[in-house]
Amino acid sequence: MTLASLEQTQAAVKGIVREEWGRALASLVGQLRDFALAEDALQDAVVAALEHWPLDGVPTQPRAWLLQTARRRAIDRLRRDANFKAKRAELAVLHALDRQAGQDHMDESIADERLRLIFTCCHPALAETARVVLTLRTLGGLTTEEIARAFLVPETTMAQRLTRAKRKIKAAGIPYEVPEPALWAERLGSVLLVIYLIFNEGYAATSGEAPTRGELCREAIRLGQIMVQLVPAEPEAAGLLALMLLHESRRLARSDTAGDLITLDRQDRALWDRDMIAAGARLLEGALTQGDAGPYQIQAAISALHVQAPSYAATDWREITLLYGELYALQPSPVVKLNAAVALSFAESAEAALPTLAELERQGALARYQPFHAAHADMLRRAGRNAAAATSYRLALALTRNAVERRFLEDRLNDVLG
Amino acid sequence: MKYMCLIYGAEAKHPQAGTPEMGQLMENYMAFTGEARENNVMVAGDPLEPVATATTVRLRGGKVEITDGPFAETKEQLGGYYILDCKDLDEAIAYAARIPTAAFGSIEVRPIMVFD
Repeated sequence: MTLASLEQTQAAVKGIVREEWGRALASLVGQLRDFALAEDALQDAVVAALEHWPLDGVPTQPRAWLLQTARRRAIDRLRRDANFKAKRAELAVLHALDRQAGQDHMDESIADERLRLIFTCCHPALAETARVVLTLRTLGGLTTEEIARAFLVPETTMAQRLTRAKRKIKAAGIPYEVPEPALWAERLGSVLLVIYLIFNEGYAATSGEAPTRGELCREAIRLGQIMVQLVPAEPEAAGLLALMLLHESRRLARSDTAGDLITLDRQDRALWDRDMIAAGARLLEGALTQGDAGPYQIQAAISALHVQAPSYAATDWREITLLYGELYALQPSPVVKLNAAVALSFAESAEAALPTLAELERQGALARYQPFHAAHADMLRRAGRNAAAATSYRLALALTRNAVERRFLEDRLNDVLG
Repeated sequence: MKYMCLIYGAEAKHPQAGTPEMGQLMENYMAFTGEARENNVMVAGDPLEPVATATTVRLRGGKVEITDGPFAETKEQLGGYYILDCKDLDEAIAYAARIPTAAFGSIEVRPIMVFD
């Protein structure tokens, strides 16, 4: 085999491994009941695959191959363990599984294992950041190095975080199971939040790291798709996936060539991904027929109205104002209140919305939030209150690092001064 | 798995002896302990005397050093504990949330180390 074709095969093998990682790991954790051992054994199997597959060809059932190899490596690891006697039970299970290889093709049981695994990774007894990185590693199959790069921390730091989280799962007895009905809503909320945090980490575009960031968004969408498959009766899972797709559809329009953020009102709508918008809208429609809409569905509905509007001015601001009102009832945060007021300023008038902005200013929670001052300045300008607008533009500029946004705000400041 | 539930509360906020609030708290504790016993979860549990009775001991350079009170000034003090034998952390959390002090103080749930 030539070197070039060997490299090609290795790339293909890596792709397959990435695809199978989450399922294989879920199934191994289920069998071994030991997170760290399952991951180490699967990692051994992956190393073996990268060694053998390019030479011998990819097996017809790559996942079954990985699982069988991983179980044998787990047996080796347990035998080497100093506490070998205490591990007899695990060894017996492994040997039994090794004899009945048919197990590995049952996709349904693997779906259950994956669901258990995601609930374990997103358990509220783990720190929020630990939940995020653990989910990326175990279900997303991102390598520790890839996760470290995406979160801009050294690989050793990320490896430590993952080790600590896995140690806590084992030592604290965090269950490996789908939560009971009394805990279901809260725990599902934690899983969806973790996926949304992964997405936001990738979506919060700051210049420079665009490629790895985009990968986080795609990974979050993939996890969202897995959740929709696993819990089809949960409209908020579909709502979250719809929301992520509708946001992601605008990726190309969201930044200029220098990587600076372009806000919604100034985006080139021709760059939006129509197929992704259609997919998001379809999902959302399906979810909304299932009863009371939760926060993800409401946010997706707002996003859908934006991406389906022919222009910023011709957006259905009245409907968006109502939706923000519904969202505020569920999540009463100052940012939601600000967004509701901005929508109202377009649906009715800047004057109608300014009292809410004044109230938010008095409360002070958004004093360091750039979008608040930018929105406030814009409303004051539209209401013809130029002196007050100038003060707000200066406050917004003091909090703006993005070059495109700076130029825009400086132009507007000059307008109200002139 | 065995879990130790460390019960922390601000002594200043704690109901005073002889008040109806204290009576209610004692009743709630008795109910909780009874439930834990009935469900075969109870391993041990005791309240502690107030932190003013505590003595801190250290061995430094081969010499025993003794100081009055706890080492750190904290708002919430350790006031008692339970050791509960639970299926997993979720069950331990469910019990910890029902310890009466959870309503105004906090419960630290720690797995008891197992040497294997």
